[in-house]
Amino acid sequence: MVAQMIEGWNLVIGIEIHAQVNSKSKLFSSSPTDFGSKPNSQVSLIDAAMPGMLPVINKFCIEQAVKSGIGLNAKINKKSIFDRKNYFYQDLPQGYQISQYKDPIVGEGFVEIETKNGQKKIGVERLHLEQDAGKSLHDQDPNFTFVDLNRSGIALMEIVSKPDMSSPEEAVEYVRKVRSILRYLGTCDGNMEQGSLRADVNVSVNRPGNQLGTRCEIKNLNSFKFIHAAIVYEAKRQIKLIEQGESVNQETRLFNTQSGETRSMRSKEDAHDYRYFPDPDLLPLTLDDNWIKGLQESIPELPDQIKERFINEYSLSSYDANIIVSDKATSEYFEDVVKNRNPKLVTTWVTGELFSILNKKNLIIENSPITSKQLGELVDNIENGKISNRQAKEVLEEMCESGKGALEIIDEKGLSQISDENEIESLVDNVLNSNPENVKKYKNGKDKLFGFFVGEAMKLSKGKANPKIVNDLIKKKLSQ
Amino acid sequence: MKDSYTLKSLAVLLENNKISSKELTSEYLKNIENGKELNCYNTISQEKALNDAKKSDERRKSQNLRSKYDGIPIGIKDLFCTKGVTTTASSKILSNFVPNYESTVTQNCDDAGLISLGKLNCDEFAMGSTNKTSFFGSVKNPWKSLNSDNDLVPGGSSGGSAAAVSGDLCVASLGTDTGGSIRQPASFTGTVGLKPSYGRVSRWGIVAFASSLDQAGPITKTVEDAAILLDIISGHDEKDSTSSVNPKENYYENLNSDIKGMKIGIPKEFRSDKLPASTQKSWDECANLLKTNGAEIVDISLPHTMSALPAYYIIAPAEASSNLARYDGVRYGLRVKGNDLIDMYEKTRSEGFGDEVKRRILIGTYVLSSGYYDAYYIKAQKIRSLIKSDYVEAFKKVDAILTPSTPSTAFEIANEPSDPVQNYLNDIFTVPVNLAGLPGISIPFANDENNLPIGLQLITNSFEEQKLLNVAKNIEETINYSETPEKWWLK
Repeated sequence: MVAQMIEGWNLVIGIEIHAQVNSKSKLFSSSPTDFGSKPNSQVSLIDAAMPGMLPVINKFCIEQAVKSGIGLNAKINKKSIFDRKNYFYQDLPQGYQISQYKDPIVGEGFVEIETKNGQKKIGVERLHLEQDAGKSLHDQDPNFTFVDLNRSGIALMEIVSKPDMSSPEEAVEYVRKVRSILRYLGTCDGNMEQGSLRADVNVSVNRPGNQLGTRCEIKNLNSFKFIHAAIVYEAKRQIKLIEQGESVNQETRLFNTQSGETRSMRSKEDAHDYRYFPDPDLLPLTLDDNWIKGLQESIPELPDQIKERFINEYSLSSYDANIIVSDKATSEYFEDVVKNRNPKLVTTWVTGELFSILNKKNLIIENSPITSKQLGELVDNIENGKISNRQAKEVLEEMCESGKGALEIIDEKGLSQISDENEIESLVDNVLNSNPENVKKYKNGKDKLFGFFVGEAMKLSKGKANPKIVNDLIKKKLSQ
Repeated sequence: MKDSYTLKSLAVLLENNKISSKELTSEYLKNIENGKELNCYNTISQEKALNDAKKSDERRKSQNLRSKYDGIPIGIKDLFCTKGVTTTASSKILSNFVPNYESTVTQNCDDAGLISLGKLNCDEFAMGSTNKTSFFGSVKNPWKSLNSDNDLVPGGSSGGSAAAVSGDLCVASLGTDTGGSIRQPASFTGTVGLKPSYGRVSRWGIVAFASSLDQAGPITKTVEDAAILLDIISGHDEKDSTSSVNPKENYYENLNSDIKGMKIGIPKEFRSDKLPASTQKSWDECANLLKTNGAEIVDISLPHTMSALPAYYIIAPAEASSNLARYDGVRYGLRVKGNDLIDMYEKTRSEGFGDEVKRRILIGTYVLSSGYYDAYYIKAQKIRSLIKSDYVEAFKKVDAILTPSTPSTAFEIANEPSDPVQNYLNDIFTVPVNLAGLPGISIPFANDENNLPIGLQLITNSFEEQKLLNVAKNIEETINYSETPEKWWLK
């Protein structure tokens, strides 16, 4: 339906990601950054902009920004400048936000995403550091707005993409990929529910061959679902306007997560004049070549590299590898299990059964009730034929509930598969001897009865007989 | 009370138990009480000062002194945040503000055992050169013209700091200087005022006016005292990113008035027909004196001097407009209730700021606005660079530069020009020094025909405070300026 609506139109999408720097203290003060603390319990004199207070750069945040830049294949600027972005708001204590305007710490780069047409490179325009504002609480009192400054001064990285995305799916993939890279680097925890990563999305539409349309910016989207939904709604809205002969106004819009609609927040004419100028309290930031080199060497293996390695080392399909490496914890889990085991089997069990359990329980892999060691043990028992796939599912479910090991569960339930040919042969003989009529019918051409014999044999073994051996033996006996 | 009190002499008196800190502090508190008419102090810390003095006397008794100067009371410009003591920047908007923290500079003073008598009046947010912009009213200059009884301005913005030293309401004080706010009032009051190199003294905890120009410094009776106080307040502070890591010298110990072989520059751009004859005469005399004492006088050029004032009045207001945004009625200071947030902002800031501050906020907002930024702010920054390089070139040829401190001596409070631009001209000789980030000192040289002090300014290269103080000391020793104002307010 979406595709139909949008058919005949080009979508042009650019995204600004605001990623909270993973750091114990704020960008220009030593206050802690813990989420969910008591309001105004993490506020220094600097964060509250008391008279005479001065910002001092937190070197660790600089390191995190440069690492992120390296992860985004971007140019690291050896000289960057912090500017003041001036505007008044109750939760902006200084009356300005310290940000980077003309000279950001990180310049152009790119990330690669998977699309339905294969790999696509999405350009990154820049990454700059800035302070977060505080939080206004409008629901605490009928007459007053309360302000919580815990967030005030926390370091954010603003990552600006080029307008290189042409569908909501690509937009989501891009944000997913950037988030994944930052998480691998440990520079942002990527927790979207807590607001550690949010996106402003710029959308415009145009007829193929025509010039670019007027864009609208949708602010503050904090889930993949909302990013997708907001783009779809916005594209349709713009197309409808144009088809009705109206024009799109350049404006900032808000997405209503309840209704799934976007509404105008302010138009271009109302845009603030931020009066940017270099912050005279801070000297230009200069980075040393050797220091940058040191960071480059400390960069861990990133998803694209790991994906390639998984494909080469474990012969994974590009599709499976992509799923596994999209999350750092998943790829670590996978590597733990796959070591010295059958990669195909491990992939099936991780992306199939394990994921479905996590989904059902609404858990992330870090909190998986089944450890990589437990899953490995399970896979071993499938591999050596002790249990069947079906039995393994049963074991996994039990494992999830009790936390017991695979062997323990197999023993307790008496699930151990019968693979002894002599034992199975006597079962098969028993079945064939008890059903002479059906054997006759089978031999006269009623092939369908094969399943019946197998079923009877399995029933007789209480499901423990190795089905492959049962099959083979019945086939052999009936053809004699 | 003897007029010859200095930091140096008081240290000796205290050391020899000729006087206790408590006696000394009481004496100054009495002077402050008797000198209320001068309106030097916004806040008098009577109780705290006496208490601190008592503690200092105990330290002296137990031979546990913080420094040689432990127990000497000084005055502090009301721009330094002082823990538990109201800090107003002489503005209504901060008139109720009591910090719970201590500025680095005043902490350094406390660490040396100096005692604060209270907070000294100044122009509102240090914006002004007459002290008339203070919410708490004008400070009166202790000096009066020979032929008039009218009150004179003490200069500004550190007018209270300069007047208090001049009138013996403290032996030394702390000021701040953004475009001349230490040197100009020092010149108007016959005191010594030192603005250190940008970065020499921490700005942490000082209410900011223009961050790239602000520097704290001492106002004292002698060059030696300036060196002593600079020793105490200066040094690297990791809480101020613009604070210099250049090691500081021991200015007082290394003070040496020998200037033989030094080259002193006289910049031709500072010459003007409008300069009063007596000021011109002092300037010439001083040059001759330095020559007599062994220095070589060199004519130099600082070609962009005339562009300094316009550039300053773009850069300083631009920074101020942003620095003063935090006074919004939300977290501290004055709040005037409004119908909504914007209304509250407007009412608070309309009521809280005085005219000069508003004027500069508006100028600053304008020059930073989209469409004007390049034409004003960027251009002013380019001029600033040119001025800096003027001085770089000059200091390849000379050790120090000698100029007048101000284009006139102190004028009547009632005669302040109504045109703000006329007022801004007061800083014409001092502003370039701030733009270039250099140290400068104003020392009293002589009195004019109306018996008002004339100050001369010395400038050296960045972080050459030692050389600056040495040349100043040479002049001071030679002329032995010992004029003091008649204490008319005691009658």
